[in-house]
Amino acid sequence: MSVPRYWREEKPRYRLIGEECAKCGAKHYPRTPVCSCGSTEFKPYKLAETGKVESWTVIRNAPLGYERFTPYVVALIELDDGVRVMSQVVDVEPEAVKSGMKVEYTFRKVTEDGQAGLIQYGFKFRPIVD
Amino acid sequence: MNKLKTLIRVGIVGYGAYVPMYRLKAAEVNRMWSTSGEPVEEKAVVALDEDTITISVECARQAVRRSGVDPANIGAVYVGTESKPYAVKPSGTIVAEVIGATPSVSTADYEFACKAGTEAMQTCIGLVGSGMQKYAMGIGADTAQGKPGDALEYTAACGGAAYLFGPAEESVAELEASYSYVTDTPDFWRRSKEMYPRHGNRFTGDPAYFKHITGAGKALLAETGYKPTDFKWAIFHQPNAKFPINVAKMLGFGMDQINPGLVSPVVGNTYAGSSPLGLAATLDVAESGDRILMVSYGSGAGSDAFVWKVRPPIKHRRSGPKVKNYIERKRYVDYATYLRHRGQIIV
Ligand SMILES: [Zn+2]
Repeated sequence: MSVPRYWREEKPRYRLIGEECAKCGAKHYPRTPVCSCGSTEFKPYKLAETGKVESWTVIRNAPLGYERFTPYVVALIELDDGVRVMSQVVDVEPEAVKSGMKVEYTFRKVTEDGQAGLIQYGFKFRPIVD
Repeated sequence: MNKLKTLIRVGIVGYGAYVPMYRLKAAEVNRMWSTSGEPVEEKAVVALDEDTITISVECARQAVRRSGVDPANIGAVYVGTESKPYAVKPSGTIVAEVIGATPSVSTADYEFACKAGTEAMQTCIGLVGSGMQKYAMGIGADTAQGKPGDALEYTAACGGAAYLFGPAEESVAELEASYSYVTDTPDFWRRSKEMYPRHGNRFTGDPAYFKHITGAGKALLAETGYKPTDFKWAIFHQPNAKFPINVAKMLGFGMDQINPGLVSPVVGNTYAGSSPLGLAATLDVAESGDRILMVSYGSGAGSDAFVWKVRPPIKHRRSGPKVKNYIERKRYVDYATYLRHRGQIIV
């Protein structure tokens, strides 16, 4: 991701902020230009920070910029407010991930542009610590 | 003497701590190098995607949540560390953005080896105590590295804690007094552009660690008129398992007083995070009315000493994972995996 794009998207990624359709109330993450109801008016919406794993896959051949994290887990997570987000799940062995596993927000490095470039941070999820 | 007392009474209104989940046992270091040391049992190691900024964010978010303070009212975010991800770009800019303190906020990274965290705290106390800010956050966090095969490899660890300061009447622990003690002592250093620090081996003990902690501790006790028995708890910087126990004895404190905050045997030395993490572990078990002595140590060298008095809101402001929970959440890594997590093996 380019530096300007990272910067424009950093608040939603840092704080887990999506948007809510002003007309039908549907919640989206990431942002979308047009809601399924056709509306283009949205207001910011703070997503829930806990949820459960619905489905997942283990990435062994990572795209450029993510090679150093393999193998890692990418999951579809249903947040406690019903919104679904796609995210890495960390601090867990890939074979230990289960459907319905409770997870929570954590703040991590997402990728970095070599040794000299920008470090991109954002949310990921981890098994709940208690 | 410059005892640091504030114009306005200041306290800790929220605190948070974090220890990453990976552990390297001293026995694994010994297996690698055919050595036999065990200055700690094991130390905490970051995941592949963690650094000082992510650790700081974990701590800061917990501190804000527990405090109930609107993050927009936090006027300063200072990070004390010797392992900043950026040489130029303050870690605090990212932490402040994540917690929602931007843009009406002052941020900077503080540097003073293992006491960079308490330097950041001291500065926040000054801001709040002078009335310049209502709330200010000081963080101590590190992902410390020892050169492979060096004695520091057993102990150099990852973790941290964050303290949100504000008016004493809102606080979980009020600052009664503090004091700093600094001399030019070349016990440990890292030149710019070097990856690993150098240290003066045995020189790190008596003229460095013990002199500065006892210097700061004794001076603050004398100034406040308190005796060791006036304190329920005490925290001294923890470069290994032994030094804090020995320095406690020298100052007249017993194991009962330092035990809750003595995390180095199972976490290692989290550098700027060390005494702040010890304070968090102590606040996790403290009760209203308890008095706490905290003395940091940073090579170079100096110590910051603080007297805290725990207040009733402590009961309701330590929800969520405690330091103990983070310590118990662990997975052991072998030496090769450790090197990979520390960026020594590039995939
Ligand atoms: Zn809609």
